[in-house]
Amino acid sequence: MARTSVPIFTLPAIFRLDLWVEASFHFSRRRPLGAVGAAIIGLMIVVAVLAGFISPYDPLATDYGKLLQAPSSSHWFGTDSFGRDVFTRIIYGSRTALWIGFASSFMGATLGALIGVTSAYFGGKIDLVLQRFMDLLLSFPLIILALVVVSLLGSGMTNVILAITVPMIPRCALVVRSSALALREMPFVEAARALGFGPLRIIVRHLVPNVMAPYLIMLTAFLGQAILLEASLSFLGLGVAEPQAAWGLMLRGAAVEFAERAPWMAIYPGLAISLSVFAFNLFGDSLRDALDPKLRLP
Amino acid sequence: MIPTLFGVAVLIFFLLRVVPGDIVELKYAGAGTYAPKEALDRERAQLGLDQPIWKQFVTWIVGIPRLDFGTSMWTGQPITHEIAIRLELSIQLALMATFVAILISIPLGALAALKQDTWIDYCVRIFSIAGLAIPSFWLGIVIILAFVIYFRWLPPLTFTSFWVDPKANLTQLIWPALAVGYRYSAVATRMTRSAVLEVLREDYIRTARAKGLWERAVLVRHALKNALLPVITVLGLEFAFLVGGLVVTEQVFNLNGIGKLFVEAISQRDYTMVQSLVLLTSFIFIFVNFLVDLINACLDPRIRYR
Repeated sequence: MARTSVPIFTLPAIFRLDLWVEASFHFSRRRPLGAVGAAIIGLMIVVAVLAGFISPYDPLATDYGKLLQAPSSSHWFGTDSFGRDVFTRIIYGSRTALWIGFASSFMGATLGALIGVTSAYFGGKIDLVLQRFMDLLLSFPLIILALVVVSLLGSGMTNVILAITVPMIPRCALVVRSSALALREMPFVEAARALGFGPLRIIVRHLVPNVMAPYLIMLTAFLGQAILLEASLSFLGLGVAEPQAAWGLMLRGAAVEFAERAPWMAIYPGLAISLSVFAFNLFGDSLRDALDPKLRLP
Repeated sequence: MIPTLFGVAVLIFFLLRVVPGDIVELKYAGAGTYAPKEALDRERAQLGLDQPIWKQFVTWIVGIPRLDFGTSMWTGQPITHEIAIRLELSIQLALMATFVAILISIPLGALAALKQDTWIDYCVRIFSIAGLAIPSFWLGIVIILAFVIYFRWLPPLTFTSFWVDPKANLTQLIWPALAVGYRYSAVATRMTRSAVLEVLREDYIRTARAKGLWERAVLVRHALKNALLPVITVLGLEFAFLVGGLVVTEQVFNLNGIGKLFVEAISQRDYTMVQSLVLLTSFIFIFVNFLVDLINACLDPRIRYR
């Protein structure tokens, strides 16, 4: 007699590796471009984590004997006006870009989603006040709001993350609120309310899991924008400060000044920005198509 | 529109006042000399910083309808004047970039839709996705780089007005306009493509073809005209990116426009200037979106009658 084993305890789906692997295979077969994007992102993360092992030089070490050297076998992407290795600085720059990109997108999307769900659940006055405030934030162009936050807090890593987070919040809140509004009328929410659950429990246990699709879509859509915004801020001298390695910063000042003698200083960091934003956009677009093709992003 | 702008004004004004450290301290710190407290206080009184905050706010807000934004805390010049001398450049650049974007996106998007799933379609799609990823300031640097290396030409340091010398003016501004316009066109190209694809499946296109209409007339008069609405909407929404593009590109091409003024004002903590410029950009931003709604209503009777 065959005995079927009944599992006493099953892991929640999010911790099951086999489901993740299966989903990734499915995704890459259906959306090859998205998979290419994901592969580039994966590579970037590996490079950023292992920066210390991969890069041949110290990103901050200046070498005045080797200023503005052309790309060669010892300096793949040449050296900059301080004699620093451009290749090494691009590798370390990926750390800055990814950290700022992930941190600000995550915070922006999460805060936005929480505001959106709260606003949709309570409705009425709370909804009105929150929405007016979000509208107010939306009436600033993205970069203007980020610049204002930088001017309030000053430049530097943490402040740049906050500066990018703030303009993301209303954009996510808008999208999440509209999907949460439909959820509020669902029978399971009514049932939860009938059982006497409080608003906190209904929001966290019943609404939040059901707006995961728009949340993830917004999160991935923000990643590319956040990296681009960080590069712009650093380029303007209002983001990450020297001597830290950041792609936007590498394009600032000396790159234009020495454009004629050392074009590699300007070319490679820009390629790094473009490639990473390109990868995040490819992945984000495919994820949106897979999760919710009808969703329009603001 | 007015309540939103008032909200923006209140928000920006009080946020800027919350932060510690003001322009007077920054000015003296830059000078590197010891400054007695009386000198600091005198300077503050001159700038009106010793007044209570609400009074400063009222002074500022009352002046705005008369186009008086107060004086810059850094240069002491009237802000209206500082903005006015730079406005021409930025507006011209914005218009040219928009023109470039329309010139790129509508033909390319329509072409991609007509040749769906051919290599032309793929090329256009890659071109537009790349436009989203390439930062406009880097594109600007690459353009300058190409000129410097191949033609030994550097962007001129002074701006020539269009009314003085149109040719010099256009050769100066066409490159920054291209750098910004390419970024601006990216989303519009994709929108044009999907809108044309959608319209081509409509019944009235089949009718137009069935009645033996010339194919070009079908495409231009029936398909493209109807596909333009979402494209115009997207151009309005993407206007924010145009502003962002201007801010960084003016820096690259050394153009003395509003964007450059804004970045300078922020690094100098010139509050009166920052608050006025923020209000101005939000106003333009809101106004452009209002204009887009208006244009859509003009083009589409269905919206008008709703």
